[in-house]
Amino acid sequence: MRAIAEEKTKALTFQELLFRLQRFWAERGCVLQQPYDVEVGAGTMSPDTFLRVLGPKPVRIAYAQPSRRPADGRYGENPNRLFRHTQLQVILKPPPENIQEMYLESLAAMGIDLGEHDIKFEEDNWEWPVGGAWGVGWQVMLDGLEITQFTYFQQCGGMDLDPICGEITYGMERIAQFLQDCDSIYDIVWAVEPDTGKSVTYGDIRLAEEEQFSAYSFDYADVSKLWEHLGLYERECLALLERAKELFGEKSGASELELKRFPVLGAYELALKCSHMFNLLDARGAISVTERVGVMARIRTLVIGVAKAHVEQGLAVQADALRAETQAEAI
Amino acid sequence: MAEFLFEIGLEEVPARMIAGAQAELQRRITSMLCAQNLMAAADVVLARSYSTPRRLSVFVPNVFERQADSSAKAWGPSAKIAFKDGQPTTAAEAFARKNNIAVSKLKIESNDKGDYVVAETATKGRSASEVIASELPKELAGIYWAKNMTWRAGRPERFVRPVRWLLALLGQMVVPVEFGGKTAGRTTRGHRVLAVDEVIPLGIPDEYEQTLLDAYVVADVEARRQTIRKALDRVTRAAGAGLRWREDHALVDTVTHLTEWPSVVLGSFEPEYLKLPEEVLVTVMRDHQKYFAVEDATGKLAPHFLAVLNTKADADGEAVIRHGNERVLRARFNDARFFWEFDQRVPLMERVALLEKVTFQKDLGSYAAKTERVSAVAASLAGLVKERGSKVDEAALGEAARLAKTDLTTELVKEFTELQGQVGGLYARAQGFSATVGDAIYDQYLPKSMEDSVPRTAEGALLAMADKVDTIVGMFGLGLEPTGSKDPFALRRAANGIVKILAEGEPALPLTLGDVVDAASPDETVRMRVEIFFAERLEFYLRDAKGQAYDVVKAVLAAGANDVKDAVARAEAVTAVRGSDDFAAVSAAFKRMKNILEQAEEKGIEAGSDVNEALLVDPAEQLLAGQLDAVLMLVKMPGAEMDYRSTLEKIATLRGPVDAFFDSVMVMAPEPEIRANRLALLRRVLKDFSGIADFSEIVTAG
Repeated sequence: MRAIAEEKTKALTFQELLFRLQRFWAERGCVLQQPYDVEVGAGTMSPDTFLRVLGPKPVRIAYAQPSRRPADGRYGENPNRLFRHTQLQVILKPPPENIQEMYLESLAAMGIDLGEHDIKFEEDNWEWPVGGAWGVGWQVMLDGLEITQFTYFQQCGGMDLDPICGEITYGMERIAQFLQDCDSIYDIVWAVEPDTGKSVTYGDIRLAEEEQFSAYSFDYADVSKLWEHLGLYERECLALLERAKELFGEKSGASELELKRFPVLGAYELALKCSHMFNLLDARGAISVTERVGVMARIRTLVIGVAKAHVEQGLAVQADALRAETQAEAI
Repeated sequence: MAEFLFEIGLEEVPARMIAGAQAELQRRITSMLCAQNLMAAADVVLARSYSTPRRLSVFVPNVFERQADSSAKAWGPSAKIAFKDGQPTTAAEAFARKNNIAVSKLKIESNDKGDYVVAETATKGRSASEVIASELPKELAGIYWAKNMTWRAGRPERFVRPVRWLLALLGQMVVPVEFGGKTAGRTTRGHRVLAVDEVIPLGIPDEYEQTLLDAYVVADVEARRQTIRKALDRVTRAAGAGLRWREDHALVDTVTHLTEWPSVVLGSFEPEYLKLPEEVLVTVMRDHQKYFAVEDATGKLAPHFLAVLNTKADADGEAVIRHGNERVLRARFNDARFFWEFDQRVPLMERVALLEKVTFQKDLGSYAAKTERVSAVAASLAGLVKERGSKVDEAALGEAARLAKTDLTTELVKEFTELQGQVGGLYARAQGFSATVGDAIYDQYLPKSMEDSVPRTAEGALLAMADKVDTIVGMFGLGLEPTGSKDPFALRRAANGIVKILAEGEPALPLTLGDVVDAASPDETVRMRVEIFFAERLEFYLRDAKGQAYDVVKAVLAAGANDVKDAVARAEAVTAVRGSDDFAAVSAAFKRMKNILEQAEEKGIEAGSDVNEALLVDPAEQLLAGQLDAVLMLVKMPGAEMDYRSTLEKIATLRGPVDAFFDSVMVMAPEPEIRANRLALLRRVLKDFSGIADFSEIVTAG
């Protein structure tokens, strides 16, 4: 038991773990982005992943994304389930050849000595049908615990990716719970005050949120209002996509500035809002059989529409720049 | 001759795909070497292959260092056409071009048909290295993967996971095979964590296994499997007297393909969790955590588990790993207990209404609708069973059918989908329903495969069949029947399940496949298609599960494919007697009779409507007709119906009269009425004994 006690005392706090991982990836060329400020169900849905994986442009980015899954809420009663958890998302496009080795080094950076643990890469393929996105990969098991989802993105928005993209998603609460050897997520030490030595726990910071948001999504959320919000967000998103189609068409004659400024990103936020409304309605038990498939198809239309528009926008801007260049040369 | 070794290094390959790919790679490499005249066919058996999650490799001894030089001779157009006045024509030129030689090199040779142009080409044998480097990449690209990916820019290839290295050695020489952006060298890789140097050079192919062992990789799959089994034994023994690990071949297989250097740790959990149903505990351990369950001498679950690691840790490390695995399992068990307790807040009865919200299939509606249909089918089948004098608790069946799908709304089933049905059964018992109701719900998805057991009770069997047949007729009604290898709704498995229940269910149910289909669908065309589908599944069952020969199955099903138990009994009886000379002779004679009747029909010669004794003129035909009556009397005696074997043995006694008949009687007699009467006699023989099997389908030697 000595070994375990040692592990526990040297375990990092929740925020130190985040620091270490972010520093680790920053040192390997990742831009550290702040979490996206619209509700998402997973780090993948942040535009920093969903839109940046599209097209040929290389990207290395990392961010700690709070991910909301209303149906997973347990009023703070379940020691292992959360309505909102933290995913540390790393996107490497194209994936470096030694991406797995880099990943293993990142574990060492968190204080995990692989010589004293059992690590396995077990097949686990990821799919987000609403986003027309899927990839193949693994769940990384550390002493029997899934600590990471490791995915080679193959398609997004229904489009083949080239180059593909490596996506590493660390489940931060799981990892902290594991390293700190806590039976409950709420006992995770988030931070320690250096002057007093007082620990601030995950429960201190987040329990109330879990209690209240579970109550909101299961008991209080106003179903008719949620439907209304969904409809409003959807209509605005569709209208933008309609405009995008005209604008990015070959004959639109739009200026480079018009093309560049067209808010595809705004349309994406509206689509994300719809997705969140859907999740709330689902948690609320308000979506019937007949509706469910239909609503998912509606959101799929938005999300995939945005992905396509994003790609078209890139091409249109590029074509416009090219035209300007040839004109300049001609003059 | 030289030894050849090829290794492809990959990022971790899914465990489920490794064995198939390993065998395929070995087959592809040896076939390629044989086809390229680089190895003798007899040496194929000497090849060996290896695999771990990170590599597939093949070792082939006795590879020729070069192909032998060869020559080929092709015959072309006749000399007259190829040359006019000694000058080559376009025909000669085209032939020369096709064979890639100069016109001047064409020769003229004669065979028994005359003079012809021939082209002799000599091919210089290539070196093995050259051939392998050019052929092996195609073989690699051809390997089947259930799911593959692209990883390089421009998506030049699809493979299961990115290729990280290639090793190809012919003797001491590197063969520069290229695939997936890699060129083969002489280095392999050791264990990710344990190997001191991860990249390890190899001198010659023969050093492969030992070199990897030194780098903490057991490349030989069977050796790894044995290591795991022995470690499981050893660790369990050390844990306490009378304990044993629960045998699980599929799980041993999985962990074998998840490890390069396996070891085993024993973990424990608090005995209080043993209060949870064993099904839940075992599912968590086996399916979610890939742990082996441990049981005591009485077969009861013990509060321990075994985890197979892909490492060898020191004592401290092992304590950490054990502790980690125990914590994960405890959390999982806690979850299960939480779900169990949470689910009890809404009893199954109240969940019936919730089924409105769970889709079964978009065109077939919700599980509430399915429940309605299944209840009706089950009730109607129960009615038939009762009518036919067998016992069934109709009230319990009705209750079970109504509650059967309610567990789909529970948290425990959402978490452990593979426990659907079982959870419902356990909850029903916990909520005060009778064992009959609980067991029927529990068993409703059985059998899940041909090896699985069937429901334990009549009520369970009826519920299981009603559920399955409802799915089948529903999907057929939508035109979603299985085609070729595509069976997305597992309808074949469902139909196999019904066949198996009717064949093996105890107590036996007095129901036929037709009864089951009729109860489920009012649509006649759907019923007809489903009945044909069921006949195919019965054929599959007889052959695959019962090991019956192809011709026996065909013969038996020609006599009826509706009553499953009866078809099984008939097939077994035919198989039991088919070896006897008498039976074989009778079968051959039946075939002859069938041919004669068919030929007569083709020629428009009519058989008499019945056998007229007065027209039986030959003693041999009188004997046959007499014996026929005698045997028929025996066969039709009360109680003899199900004893097919003795019936068949009696039919076999007809051999003498039948042989005598064909020896001395000419069926196609010139007199029309005698001929018609003889045909009638043959038809009667066939008809009277066609109830068990169409014997003319039996394949007899000679």
